[in-house]
Amino acid sequence: MSVFEIVRFAIRGLFTNRLRTFLTVLGITIGVASVIILLAVGNGSSKAIQASLDRLGTNSLQVRSGGGGFGPRARATASSQKPLTILDAAALMDKSQAPDILQVAPIASTNGTCVVGASTTTPSTFYGTWPAYYKASNTSIQSGSYFTNDDVTQGRRVALIGQTTATALFGTASPIGQTMRCSGIEFTVIGLTTVKGASGFQDGDSLVLIPITTMENSITGNQPLSSIIVEATSSKTTDAAQTELTSILDARHGISGRKTADFSVFNQASLLTTASTSSKTFTTLLGMVAAISLLVGGIGITNIMLVTVIERTREIGIRKAIGAPKGAILSQFLIEATILSVLGGALGVVAGFVGSHFTIAGTKPVIVPASVFLAFGVSILIGVFFGGYPASRAASLRPIEALRYE
Amino acid sequence: MAQLVAVVAAAEAVDSVVDKQPVIDVRDAVKRYGVGDASIFALDGVSLTIDAGEYVAIMGPSGSGKSTLMNILGALDNMTSGEYFLDGIEISSMDESHLSIVRGRKIGFIFQSFNLIPRTTAIANVELPMAYQGVKSKERRERALVALDVVGLGDRINHEPTELSGGQQQRVAVARALVTRPALLLADEPTGALDSKSTADLLDLFDQINAAGRTVVVITHELDVAHRAKRIIRMRDGKIVSDDLNKERVA
Ligand SMILES: Nc1ncnc2c1ncn2[C@@H]1O[C@H](COP(=O)(O)OP(=O)(O)OP(=O)(O)O)[C@@H](O)[C@H]1O
Ligand SMILES: [Mg+2]
Repeated sequence: MSVFEIVRFAIRGLFTNRLRTFLTVLGITIGVASVIILLAVGNGSSKAIQASLDRLGTNSLQVRSGGGGFGPRARATASSQKPLTILDAAALMDKSQAPDILQVAPIASTNGTCVVGASTTTPSTFYGTWPAYYKASNTSIQSGSYFTNDDVTQGRRVALIGQTTATALFGTASPIGQTMRCSGIEFTVIGLTTVKGASGFQDGDSLVLIPITTMENSITGNQPLSSIIVEATSSKTTDAAQTELTSILDARHGISGRKTADFSVFNQASLLTTASTSSKTFTTLLGMVAAISLLVGGIGITNIMLVTVIERTREIGIRKAIGAPKGAILSQFLIEATILSVLGGALGVVAGFVGSHFTIAGTKPVIVPASVFLAFGVSILIGVFFGGYPASRAASLRPIEALRYE
Repeated sequence: MAQLVAVVAAAEAVDSVVDKQPVIDVRDAVKRYGVGDASIFALDGVSLTIDAGEYVAIMGPSGSGKSTLMNILGALDNMTSGEYFLDGIEISSMDESHLSIVRGRKIGFIFQSFNLIPRTTAIANVELPMAYQGVKSKERRERALVALDVVGLGDRINHEPTELSGGQQQRVAVARALVTRPALLLADEPTGALDSKSTADLLDLFDQINAAGRTVVVITHELDVAHRAKRIIRMRDGKIVSDDLNKERVA
């Protein structure tokens, strides 16, 4: 008896029991699709959080003078307070003491008004810094060029400005190469930063950045830094970087206990880590729901397969009585089970892919490839095992036992 | 494997050819159900020889072991002890995979309850045993058509069992049993569910089959059915109590 013949028997078996075939396939399809979609939703939400983490520059830490309002460190007593200086910033760049710190940017800040002809604007951010700042703060330029380390050492009067500032001062004309007067000093605009959008109430594009030396020499004098931005080597090492910079600054400022600290460290990542942790919990929960639905689907398949074989035990007896070898019967049932589970699994994968195109609960699902293989594989294993096992038992019966089966 | 080859070879060789070897040779067959005090002997030492070309009826009261004997003769069931040679091949010690070949090649079985495959057309039912023997689909269809024609159902080949009367279903079952040209046709109360007209048709069919040289064994409660056979065996309590030639039929 040929394999082709047995496959024909299997297909005929599936067609003679259309409703059962349909329900089994539907059960597998739903199980597989829900696993794929639920995991894709969980994955999508954590991907979204990861993306916002990346956008915010989560590798960076901010060190500010004094005990910060939100920082983990308590406010220091006024008497022991030492300001943050460029030397502090330089100390943090010591690779041997702070291996997890990639770069350090000191920030001197002022409130100044910029003027071009009759136009004036007061940038909400007016910083003196150096080029390490760009990467640490996720700042890039859309046109022109950055100021360089050379500009910083020479104390050149050059500036990068944000879109809001540029529009206020120059309208629609290109600001590159133009001059403006800020806090009474004339600057040449050499770059326009990429639009950042607002964060909270602050317009991230109302911005003027100049070399820190220029600011100290010409505008603020030797005022303390307002903050130091520290970029860790990766988002995973921000905590280590925070520990390192804390111990370096503790040593430099002669701080022995937490209570006397005269600076505070803001770790953007820690806030977002909380968010991503809760998203992981969410994914795990969804994964569990998915696993349960696959399990329930699996029990459904098992049940249908068992009932099918039991219901057809008499038929198996008849087939054996007219000379069907055990192998032919077993193959027929195994092929039936395989067709059912492969068909159901494949439809489930298709449904999963289609379903993952929609935004679900505000999340754009992102399919986890492993979930596709897992769901498909499990459904086939369940189908073949629970279709094959009772069939093999029935096929091993003496025909008379199978025929007597009610 | 050698046994398998022997089975197949013997199946090919014996095709309605009358030779001196008995088709059925059962020696001291015992079938016991249950264990200990509660056990009963459905067959209690039955010995029986049936030669090729015979037409035998088995009679006896209900529970006397007729069906049990028939199932063993048809290799559908195993016995507790005893020996059984079918066409000279020992069946009693054969395993399932070889038995399925014996059933397919040597035996045509007709049940009281028809036992057609549900939701499957008459022709597909008749083709089925040939499919398991690897007969090519074209030849299968031709032979099935001939067999259905012989039983008078040439115009009902695409009907499913539920669309056929009891007599018609039984005739499909007969066609299915005959289509493999078995050496032995076994029928367990084949007329039990049929009216007198269908019974008469079926018995005529059995006469033809036997006249063509095949061995026929029929279990029945009905005297007029038994009287069509050439030899009548009576059973009681798992034993053969009489075994006579039918004077009316054997001249
Ligand atoms: N599967 C079984 N388990 C236990 N006892 C059985 C089984 N099958 C048959 N028997 C017993 O074996 C004995 C013989 O049964 P069998 O079916 O051979 O009788 P029978 O002669 O065919 O009767 P009937 O004319 O009613 O069909 C009976 O006593 C029956 O109860
Ligand atoms: Mg009986």
